[in-house]
Amino acid sequence: MTTSTPPARERITIAILALGGEGGGVLADWIRQVANQHGYVVQGTSIAGVAQRTGSTVYYIEMVKRAAEGANRPEPVLAMMPAPGDVDIVIASELMEAGRAILRGFVTGDRTTLIGSTHRVYAISEKSALGDGTASSQRILDAAKRRAARFIGFDMAGAAAEAGSVISSVMFGALAGSETLPFPREAFEDAIRHGGKALEANLKGFGLGFQRARAGEAEPPQILDPSEPTTAAGRALKAAIDASLPPVARPLAIEGVKRLMDYQGSRYAELYLSRLGAIHALDDGDTDWQLTRHAARHIALWMSYEDTIRVADLKVRAVRSARVAAEVRLAPGQVMAVTEYMHPRLQEICDILPVRLGRWIRDSAAIQRLVEPLFRAGRLVETTSLRWFLALRLIAGMRGLRPRTLRYSEEQQRIDGWLALAARFAERDPPAAAELIACQQLIKGYSDTYERGLARFEAVLSEASHLAGQPNAATRLRALREAALADEQGDTLACAISAKSA
Amino acid sequence: MAERSFKKEVEQLRLGEGELFEGEGILAITKGLLQASVAYVGGYQGSPISHLMDVFSDADPLLRELGVHFVSNASEAAAGAMLAASVNYPLRGAVAWKSVVGTNVASDALSNLASGGVTGGALIIIGEDYGEGSSIMQERTHAFAMKSQMWLLDPRPNLPMMVDMVEKAFQLSEASHTPVMMEMRVRSCHMTGSFVAKDNRRPPMTVGQAAANPKRDISRIVLPPANFVHEVEKIEQRWPAAQKFIAEHRLNEWFGPERDEIGIIVQGGLFNGLNRALELLGLSDPYGATKIPVFCLNVTYPLLPEEVRSFCAGKKAVLILEEGQPEFIEHELNTLVRQADLQARIVGKEVMPRAGEYSAQVLVDGVAAFLRAHAPARAPAMPAEVPAEADLASTVPGRPAGFCTGCPERPIFAAMKLAQREVGELHVSGDIGCHIFSIFPPFNIGNTTMGYGLGTAGASAFKAEGKRAVAMMGDGGFWHNGLTSGIGNAAFNQDDTVTIVIDNGYSAATGGQDILSSRAENQTRVTNHPIEKAIRGMGIDWVRTLTRTYDVAKMRDTLKEALTSTTKGPKVIIAQSECMLNKQRREKPLASKAAREGKRVVRERFGVDPDTCTGDHACIRLSGCPSLSIVPNPDPLREHPVTHIDNSCVGCGNCGEVAHAAVLCPSFYKASIVTNPTRWDRIKARMRHIVIGWLQQSQTRNLALRAY
Repeated sequence: MTTSTPPARERITIAILALGGEGGGVLADWIRQVANQHGYVVQGTSIAGVAQRTGSTVYYIEMVKRAAEGANRPEPVLAMMPAPGDVDIVIASELMEAGRAILRGFVTGDRTTLIGSTHRVYAISEKSALGDGTASSQRILDAAKRRAARFIGFDMAGAAAEAGSVISSVMFGALAGSETLPFPREAFEDAIRHGGKALEANLKGFGLGFQRARAGEAEPPQILDPSEPTTAAGRALKAAIDASLPPVARPLAIEGVKRLMDYQGSRYAELYLSRLGAIHALDDGDTDWQLTRHAARHIALWMSYEDTIRVADLKVRAVRSARVAAEVRLAPGQVMAVTEYMHPRLQEICDILPVRLGRWIRDSAAIQRLVEPLFRAGRLVETTSLRWFLALRLIAGMRGLRPRTLRYSEEQQRIDGWLALAARFAERDPPAAAELIACQQLIKGYSDTYERGLARFEAVLSEASHLAGQPNAATRLRALREAALADEQGDTLACAISAKSA
Repeated sequence: MAERSFKKEVEQLRLGEGELFEGEGILAITKGLLQASVAYVGGYQGSPISHLMDVFSDADPLLRELGVHFVSNASEAAAGAMLAASVNYPLRGAVAWKSVVGTNVASDALSNLASGGVTGGALIIIGEDYGEGSSIMQERTHAFAMKSQMWLLDPRPNLPMMVDMVEKAFQLSEASHTPVMMEMRVRSCHMTGSFVAKDNRRPPMTVGQAAANPKRDISRIVLPPANFVHEVEKIEQRWPAAQKFIAEHRLNEWFGPERDEIGIIVQGGLFNGLNRALELLGLSDPYGATKIPVFCLNVTYPLLPEEVRSFCAGKKAVLILEEGQPEFIEHELNTLVRQADLQARIVGKEVMPRAGEYSAQVLVDGVAAFLRAHAPARAPAMPAEVPAEADLASTVPGRPAGFCTGCPERPIFAAMKLAQREVGELHVSGDIGCHIFSIFPPFNIGNTTMGYGLGTAGASAFKAEGKRAVAMMGDGGFWHNGLTSGIGNAAFNQDDTVTIVIDNGYSAATGGQDILSSRAENQTRVTNHPIEKAIRGMGIDWVRTLTRTYDVAKMRDTLKEALTSTTKGPKVIIAQSECMLNKQRREKPLASKAAREGKRVVRERFGVDPDTCTGDHACIRLSGCPSLSIVPNPDPLREHPVTHIDNSCVGCGNCGEVAHAAVLCPSFYKASIVTNPTRWDRIKARMRHIVIGWLQQSQTRNLALRAY
């Protein structure tokens, strides 16, 4: 597919693959400026307007050393777009764009230096998935190392954030740092100065890019071990975990315990461990105690279901206020108001009422007609105002009453039903039981989203009950779970279910 | 105000004789027009030619100084018709548009213009939107040139050549009394380079002088019997005159050796790519010193039989590189070679792809295939196959175009998606404009798109039986022709359809140019004419104007009302909010200036709490905003990524409104950040901080007590 080119040549070719708003055009202008100032005839081409609307686009630059004054040489004929196998430098503003450059043949082992940011800007297909739809970054990194003559990769968006600049200045710095162009560092910086915009930030971004391109990628930080318990209850639960569970399942179980103590209290965490213990007892230990690990994760997640009390609790915490301030980059001297978009329906109110009262209201058409209008519109809850802060704090304070609420009683019943079925599977087929346990991930969200998830979960569960004891139960359960997450309308799941029953 | 300002760049248009001009293709073309004493310019924006219109617009003061009249035409048809000024008067006029679509729109005027012929040079600058980055049907303007007999120039991508061609085009047009088209390919429009300028020349006659001294020549009017005479004139006079001019001025170029048994004929616009292909095959160098004869057609229509004959004589085979289909040039070459009784074999689409852009690789492969068949001694060795990365291909996701961050059109489609949940799926007739991105994920809305301003017309066949069809139309398309072809058509026929007119204040998709209904004050154009008034003027009474598209619930309810109302006849919803790209461009510098001056400035942005987000992404499926994305879940137990809003968020409010309207989840929050707070702001914040801080401390203590 590629054609070999003579190794030594006067021409330098650069392709920039960028997304909208990343300043690919500015970067191209800077490069042209440097080259033009340092004795090169340079030409740039681009497709305007494409990048602006979120798409990806290619800016292309060619340069040839200018002929000496009076030399009898015609002007060079420069190409409008990159030829595969003919690109000296590829600069990609994002990891998948680096992948795209490789796919398009722009990156070849004989000549291409690939300078790519390793951060991700997710495509709509990746971010709109019901679960995890993200593409494999590792695959691109592997290919970049394999296919390029030289690969310079680091998180340029991170560096840009650090410098308070745009990513294009970091990319420009990385290009300078790669020393693939025959110009000194000052020449690059002069080009930024010539552009004249946001000089300080751009030079800082440039500096970081320059430095990281030379230093290489830092190793990603190691995941820390779970922290040590800080309370007596915590220590007791940890002891219970250490005594009963295999080492591979312990970190997850500790996370589960932590979460449920935070959610409700140590008694609730004990209930978690006893449920987990029952499943663990049926695990044969295959595939690294997969069933126990799944159970440690998913029982904890379900038991900490999101009710209004939990949401209120999380919204008024000090750590949350600090997180928001950091996220919006609140500067000293600025003040901030935070408004939540909440939409509690009558259902959510019934959920946190005592069982009988909640059920009575929910089932009474007359009361519903009366109260429903109050819950039709969403509420703007300004948590930084005293009034709303106190209201949420009050709801959060109902935590102690949670075990008496309608939702609690219904969720515990569902959990028990699910675990009972899982236990039935586990007796003969632990892998299938593990798959069934993992089906908890179908239940998420609030309101309609929650109801949709729950309905799918129940559909999968009802299918599962026919599968007990069948040889390929695990595979089929997995397929059903993936089908349930495939689309919002549930067509794939309906299809999978009818195909199976046919 | 247009998206991109050329205020600084247009200063180069003032350069005089001998000075060096450095810049983009479109600026070079404009300079060429001024050097060629053009009297009037106009056109309609659209990629890749949008910026040419912006350059005209930003250069308007200079144009006025020179006595050049600039018209921002309402459509390509209007621009084409404007060339009528060159019919009776020695006025040089140039118009520009995106082709092939713009040429379609202008075709009525162009046919009339080409039939009667011109006195002054008439030049149509064609932004040929073909190949990579194109957003339209893949057709060739070449067919238009042929059927109306207008000459088509396709200069090789080289600024001095392109600038020179502008002047030559006018001369050719005048010599042959025929309008001339000059094709600019996508990448040529924004190609940078330099050329030595000449002085600008004032038109010898201005449009005003022409109007003051009218001339009339009935033989130029397309009415019988003149129309029959025109056809004969085209064949017997204009065509030979054009061929003579092209030959005498050597508009086409011959590169490489004089004699060879093979040769290549290439469309001018592809010349640079061909030279690179030859270079990669070891048959040329970076300066165009090709070892195979290359005949470069800077004029692709008409061809000159004599030139073709002399190039093909003595050759066994000639490769014709002609992008797109049908391969008109190849057909004609075959005819010419046959008529000249030459034995040269014309090789074209048999080795080249019939469809698609001639990219670098296509040219390399095509020329190599030609050499293998007709000059095997000079063919390259078969290159080693590089294994395809199948894994990679399935990993790298596509990036379909979508709405910008904070776009006011997003909530319209979110509302429509929510309405569809209640009324069922709708037939939606799309239009041309940013709003057509609704056909892509996450909205997946829109069934057809028939052309600019034609959304409502595209729904006119659907006589409702239970469910009404919906049509989209942008404000750009509305003024382009939608008012008559859509609204007027629907009113006259009492179509029972629902039209949503998106009124974002600009012709946004083409780069934010002002239009009649723009709210901005424009110094040279008239704005602020409400769309609703125009629609009511057409006799439609069911019109609702929503002044804030971000009110998703209201948008949904209004749409439901339009779909279920018992009123018969067309219903129109005008959805207004300013294009966010333009709004940000306008407001951001003002806000940062105010902040620097110590004034109180409020910035809003949205955020998502990762601990309440459960990773279902229903919000993303109703949005697709670039600032609304995902990050790995910080929760060690949860596995699916959580939604995250980054700092590019402009606080448009869509996320919150959608969360409310669709009853999604309580994770969204809006942060209003006050820079330079007032005394009262600070006192309030201080008091809240004391009370809330105290309560939070006690909560933190409690949490520590029940912690692990």
